[in-house]
Amino acid sequence: MSATAIAEAPAGPLLSARGVSKNYGHVVGCRNVDFELYPGEVLGIVGESGSGKTTLLKCLSGRLRPDEGSIQFALDGGEPQDIYELSEPDRRRLQREAWGFVHQNARDGLRMRVSAGANVAEPLMNLGNRHFGNMREQTIDWLQRVELDINRIDDNPKTFSGGMQQRIQIARNLVHGPSLVFMDEPTGGLDVSVQARLLDLIRNLVRRLNMAAVIVTHDLAVARLLADRLMVMQAGDVVETGLTDQVLDDPQHPYSQLLVSAVLQI
Amino acid sequence: MSQTTQAQQSPATVDGYNYAYLDEQTKRMIRRATLKAVAIPGYQVPFGSREMPVPYGWGTGGIQLTASLVGPDDVFKCIDQGADDTTNAVSIRSFFAKVADVETTEATGDATIIQTRHRIPEEPLKDNQIMVYQVPQPEPLRGLEPRETETRAMHAYEEYGLQYVRLYESVARYGEVSSGAGYPVMIDERYIMSPSPIPKFDNPKMHMSEALHLFGAGREKRIYAVPPFTTVRSLAFDDYPFTVQSWDETCGLCGATDSYMDEVVLNDKNERMFVCSDSHYCAQRRAAGLFGPMAGHALAKEEGETEQ
Amino acid sequence: MTEPVIRVENLEKQFILHNADGARIPVFENLSLDVEPGECVVLAGVSGSGKSTLMRSLYGNYLPTGGSVKVMHEGEYTDITNARPDSINDVRRKTLGYVSQFLRVIPRISTLNLVMQPLIDNGVSEEEAEPRARELLSLLELPEAHWDLPPATFSGGEQQRVNIARSFVWDYPVFLLDEPTASLDAANRERVVKLINRALERGAAMIGIFHDEDVRSQVATRYFEVADYKVAA
Repeated sequence: MSATAIAEAPAGPLLSARGVSKNYGHVVGCRNVDFELYPGEVLGIVGESGSGKTTLLKCLSGRLRPDEGSIQFALDGGEPQDIYELSEPDRRRLQREAWGFVHQNARDGLRMRVSAGANVAEPLMNLGNRHFGNMREQTIDWLQRVELDINRIDDNPKTFSGGMQQRIQIARNLVHGPSLVFMDEPTGGLDVSVQARLLDLIRNLVRRLNMAAVIVTHDLAVARLLADRLMVMQAGDVVETGLTDQVLDDPQHPYSQLLVSAVLQI
Repeated sequence: MSQTTQAQQSPATVDGYNYAYLDEQTKRMIRRATLKAVAIPGYQVPFGSREMPVPYGWGTGGIQLTASLVGPDDVFKCIDQGADDTTNAVSIRSFFAKVADVETTEATGDATIIQTRHRIPEEPLKDNQIMVYQVPQPEPLRGLEPRETETRAMHAYEEYGLQYVRLYESVARYGEVSSGAGYPVMIDERYIMSPSPIPKFDNPKMHMSEALHLFGAGREKRIYAVPPFTTVRSLAFDDYPFTVQSWDETCGLCGATDSYMDEVVLNDKNERMFVCSDSHYCAQRRAAGLFGPMAGHALAKEEGETEQ
Repeated sequence: MTEPVIRVENLEKQFILHNADGARIPVFENLSLDVEPGECVVLAGVSGSGKSTLMRSLYGNYLPTGGSVKVMHEGEYTDITNARPDSINDVRRKTLGYVSQFLRVIPRISTLNLVMQPLIDNGVSEEEAEPRARELLSLLELPEAHWDLPPATFSGGEQQRVNIARSFVWDYPVFLLDEPTASLDAANRERVVKLINRALERGAAMIGIFHDEDVRSQVATRYFEVADYKVAA
């Protein structure tokens, strides 16, 4: 990972999937998925529930070993490595240090028994920070960025609303400066006004920090706002990929056309 | 510590029971776990904890360790909250006197095995001594991570960031690491360990201690150890270093200023006194002619009588 | 002779409506067009002749059925019809500006921030971006009281001016203008014409659709008839 290596290979993919398949017995989770994600790019995975979006996300994020295919990640512009060929501690380190994972349900992504502040500071401690004052500062900064009242820094997540919990979770997953963040329906289950605010927040953060992201959503409006490009999934297959506005404005595959035409216009 | 592995060598002290209560195979199993624990300082070794004649939480882990270690040549001391004369300490001491025909003592320096709950004696331990701790919760990460598979992975891969979350919470809420007991320690710069029952005041006593420290958790079925001359570092933040408790008061009975104090409410007029938690240490000082401000108090007198 | 900044070669587009029994709607074929710096090519033709479809195909918003659209991007041609999405986004960020008739409003983002966005995306600092955004907004006479509001509730004409400010704040080498003056009054149309001519003078290339005859004649360097490439039915 020397400086020259970075200079020589500036535009390699950050994450690439090759022939990724995962079945649950006879049920297809996802089938033969190929794609490349470049640094700073936001990929949206859309499709109805059961289409394999979440299975694919789990495979990509090192949480579910695919039956076939490989997933490679290039850390800091270095050589791409197959994440399932890494040793478990190395894979866990990668997940902890270079990635973030935002769950649909904040309760799955937060430690509900420790304060909001400690939830946000934990990734810093995982990186070896042992200076309380320094971590406190960064935590306060992040609570402000996600528009939470810093006077509530020591409150338990349970005492926050669903939308606020989701913002704590986002801060927790971005505080350590990951190069890639996975998000599973990050605004699902929230009411519309909270959703809009959260989307706007995610959009700004992802852009400003130049992070890459893989966002699973069934909501095409969310996809349009956040994603640079889309993958449309149907019954485990990727049926169409392309620039977000191209897929939504000029869908090619019958299923994509159906999906786009099914959206209510407001 | 003499090896009494054959039941025939020592008299069965209670009819129908094996020497030291546990059968020999169980003792061997516990010794194997103990040896592994000594070989990997701070690592929690699973063992087949047995049903004991007392409920979980009353020291079954410590009792099983002691039973696997004790022989007729040993001298056994048992303390609860630092005191030799509390119910649990008295009961366990008489239990082993009965089932293992072992000599018992209250004198720290005379004991070869000291079973404890909550305290390490004030008197420095020596190389022929074993401390046996009764541990309620062996897993220092448990309060933060409920999954055993996950905490095991964290120990295996030295993923110890999470452990600092507890310290963070404490500093955030109280301005210091307030955790009084079970303050997590790093053993031999490899495993984080919970010295579960003892106050952080006693943590420094384990560092490079001449004695062997064995921890037994009966309900949780874990044994772990700090072998002699092992580094024990209490976790801390760079800007919030580790400190131990200290008291402005002196021991009312012996005048000690350097020992761990218990606060005792004397009556319903809110009169209180501070006394050494280590009853033997306090008695020793008084025997040497040292007295505190409340010496001669009714309570002190009574205390003196039991000491004889 | 300078090199064209846009080379459209044998472009073809037809829509296939799978949910309408696979109906095919051909729009154009064999369409070629080169545009050089300083040129403003105005697409001519009646409504429905495929002008907007062509514009969207040039921007990568629609996927052409055949042919190529090469855009001079950082000294090299990038083919919009088959480039990687991240390269298309890079071309759109730095090289290819697009002004549509409609503003896609982003919730909660103020007008000023919306206009600053293309600069920020190109690495301009906020300190530098803000005065430039302000300059354009005042040039287009959008009331200053509106600048801190998200444009969702603005009138059509106001939104349109935000849209124009947002595009002209960055000096794109190539502009695609899809009826930028549609809902503007005469005075504002004049201002937009000025902006366009100023960009042409500095060497920008443009392809535009203008319904207003007056605007058209003021900016066009030549006309291009999309209907000439209509697929024979």
